[in-house]
Amino acid sequence: MHLTHLERLEAEAIHIIREVAAECERPVMLYSIGKDSSVMLYLALKAFAPGKLPFPLMHIDTTWKFREMIDFRARMQKLHGFELIVHTNQEGLAKGINPFTHGSVIHTDVMKTEGLKQALDKYAFDAAFGGARREEEKSRAKERIFSFRTAQHRWDPKRQRPELWRVYNARINKGESLRVFPLSNWTELDIWQYIHLKNIPVVPLYFAKQRPVVERDGVLIMVDDDRMPLKPGEQPMMRKVRFRTLGCYPLTGAVESNAETLTAVIEEMLLASHSERQGRVIDHDATASMEKKKQEGYF
Amino acid sequence: MYDIEQIKADGIDAYLKSHEQKQMLRFITCGSVDDGKSTLIGRLLYESKLIYEDQLTALEADSVKMGTQGGAMDLALLVDGLAAEREQGITIDVAYRYFSTQKRKFIVADTPGHEQYTRNMATGASTAEAAVVLVDARKGVLNQTRRHTYICALLGIRYLIFAINKMDLVGHDEKVFLEIEEALGKLTQKLGAEKGICIPLSALKGDNVVSPSVTMPWYKGLPLLEQLETLQVDDDTIQKPFRFQVQWVNRPNSDFRGFSGCIAGGSVRVGDAVVVLPAATLSKVASIVGPEGMLERAIAGQSVTLTLTDEVDASRGDVIAEATSRPNVADQFRATVVWMHEEPMLPGRPYLMKIGARTVTVSIAEPRHKVNISTLDELAARKLELNDIGVCNISVDRPIVFDPYKENREMGGFILIDRLTNDTVGAGMLDFSLWRADNVHWQALDVDKRARASLKGQRACIVWFTGLSASGKSTIANLLEKRLHSNGRHTYLLDGDNVRHGLNKDLGFTDADRVENIRRVAEVSKLMADAGLIVLVSFISPFRSERQMARDAMDAGEFIEVYVATSIEEAERRDPKGLYAKARKGQIRNFTGIDSPYEIPENPELTIDTEKTTAEEAVELLVQELKKLGRID
Repeated sequence: MHLTHLERLEAEAIHIIREVAAECERPVMLYSIGKDSSVMLYLALKAFAPGKLPFPLMHIDTTWKFREMIDFRARMQKLHGFELIVHTNQEGLAKGINPFTHGSVIHTDVMKTEGLKQALDKYAFDAAFGGARREEEKSRAKERIFSFRTAQHRWDPKRQRPELWRVYNARINKGESLRVFPLSNWTELDIWQYIHLKNIPVVPLYFAKQRPVVERDGVLIMVDDDRMPLKPGEQPMMRKVRFRTLGCYPLTGAVESNAETLTAVIEEMLLASHSERQGRVIDHDATASMEKKKQEGYF
Repeated sequence: MYDIEQIKADGIDAYLKSHEQKQMLRFITCGSVDDGKSTLIGRLLYESKLIYEDQLTALEADSVKMGTQGGAMDLALLVDGLAAEREQGITIDVAYRYFSTQKRKFIVADTPGHEQYTRNMATGASTAEAAVVLVDARKGVLNQTRRHTYICALLGIRYLIFAINKMDLVGHDEKVFLEIEEALGKLTQKLGAEKGICIPLSALKGDNVVSPSVTMPWYKGLPLLEQLETLQVDDDTIQKPFRFQVQWVNRPNSDFRGFSGCIAGGSVRVGDAVVVLPAATLSKVASIVGPEGMLERAIAGQSVTLTLTDEVDASRGDVIAEATSRPNVADQFRATVVWMHEEPMLPGRPYLMKIGARTVTVSIAEPRHKVNISTLDELAARKLELNDIGVCNISVDRPIVFDPYKENREMGGFILIDRLTNDTVGAGMLDFSLWRADNVHWQALDVDKRARASLKGQRACIVWFTGLSASGKSTIANLLEKRLHSNGRHTYLLDGDNVRHGLNKDLGFTDADRVENIRRVAEVSKLMADAGLIVLVSFISPFRSERQMARDAMDAGEFIEVYVATSIEEAERRDPKGLYAKARKGQIRNFTGIDSPYEIPENPELTIDTEKTTAEEAVELLVQELKKLGRID
């Protein structure tokens, strides 16, 4: 008898989630509604069954998420009955910050990074679970599973703690916090295999369907609602597309695809020739941009 | 990119079915940039076809820009991480890489070879089942090779693979390989480690990395990747006695009381007889709840929830173990400690120790020796500095459940945490308990502190005065003792100068000696309080950690910290013994406030500002405080 790689990853993630619940005073699980979040939520529910989740979920809503994501969020909450906090940066909203006028950098910084910091301060959370994986991006390869943040939410490379065995140090002083990544050791393929094996529900946007899109700078952007200003001559056209990652719809590139089912999506991914984050507009800014974002407090 | 042929031939469903059954292997790579370590990892990723087209394009552009391989593709660039180190051309931390083949998923802990190696290697090695140690064929076994092999053996890595790299630069000569193989055999023998597997290869050219080399037909073993695919994993931990560290008590309602955790060794079946330690309560396993519901059996590495047949009181940090093969329970150990922080380990200073799900206070004695990990010589040491490895005796404030690290990593590996900053400052491996503390129980004495104190008509406590030299501690403490004595209280005053002439005359004024000084005073004052006395302690006691240690030794309310506050300027002006003047002239070294730090108390019971308060007023304040705390009537 031996454990498969998915069983080992599963056991590790459950161990991490329980450890935070046991050691931290006010943990929260950041729920981004994407596939990684779906797996993380599934594992958290398993970790405490037959008991309930001992912490709330929180979604930082930039108000620019795909409508189907918001529907899915409501569906999951109804199904599992977890406590959900939805936070929007009201100052940013009042200033009318949006990805079209202000660009992806400012929009993400104000609505996502600032919004997250506001919410963590407001509810005095001392630990926040995130679904990030080390394999996603070069600068994340060295990220700890328990990532230490100063009272100003900054990631200071010097204060990151060595992690040995499965003994995690969750101790912090007042005002400081932890970001915890239970899926650190999972790859994109592991995530999809696990979703397939456990039949975990995901947002239908991952599956190909006819959707209205426009092409901008070589990226297909879905016209999800009428807030999207069309440039002269631009006309939304129906294309059969799906999304490899989910975020704010104006910042998320679609790929043309025929993969309507989970297995077809996995097959397509395995046969693909481009890495996952390519669809994210935010990464194109600079090579080391993710690292900079992380220091500022973005996940 | 990946397994395209299999998908095309068998279809996606068959592919998923087979790949969902893969095993996982975690390994560490050790070596420096010069050994071609990054190139080797890059080669593994590249040859197992895990590089996407867009990454490949970026790599080609980077290779030209960096010019490291004369315009040819530099695979090492695939694994470099943070921007700063990309510029420096070195890696400075542990990076984790992922790749998989038809047979296995691999997690690679990639650690650098330079100064920070010990901390980072120990970290990477702690979760690894195998190690790939790079050896430059031109240079053979170096000090660095000894370091890497030593740390891998220390951290209990089961499989050592020596990748004898750059064989292309020694003309693929079998003789060179055999000489290195022999030297490595001697090294592993000396370390008492497994013999290890030697593979001649060239990461740059790809020989013996993924496919057998045509240039070295004399090598009959497996290429590296195939070797990694066929090592036996997780079979031995399952053979060990059952161990389960309770992580979380799951109690959703009165009908269910489960103990959650990750199995640290062996396996468990419903109906097995178990013991809950340290309480030593016997019970049986009633059910095992896994992620998908009830299980008949669970094995090491699985996160499960156990219910027991009896109403057993177990809490986080307890260990559930096989009843007939129990772990040890002890409070004093021999341990090997790896120091991981810029602030050195000071003997006697209390740290927190986390082992499994239990956190306790630990005190580490002066190292028996530290190890020069290049020569493997044992050296005398008074403290451990960053990246030092030392063998120490340690004691914890309450008994813990453990197995020697060599028998079970999860049950014998611990981290050390600084109590003020909460940084992880070290890690260690328990070797054995110092005496059979598991068979010796504390003698419960019938005459206790309370009984002794009540005979004197008082309640015992410690009043701890801390502050700079010449702040007025001793003056106030003396006056307070006179006052208490005249009221019929039984007291004793421990004063810095007096104790240093006797009990502590062997100690100087370095940080390490100051820690030991206060440790002894804390112990003596505790014994005196235990004798029922009101103990007044007047010591500079500059460090928070040691004052906290003294506080922790007492019950709540029995320790009264008094900060005697004076500015350094005022203390220097008073200077009754002329010490500040000498310190300023450099005649006294390590003088608190001048060239040695004083850490101001964060939450003292009382602060007395002697620039505003007279000694008589201070005594009034103290008497009121003692009354308020119920120590005197």
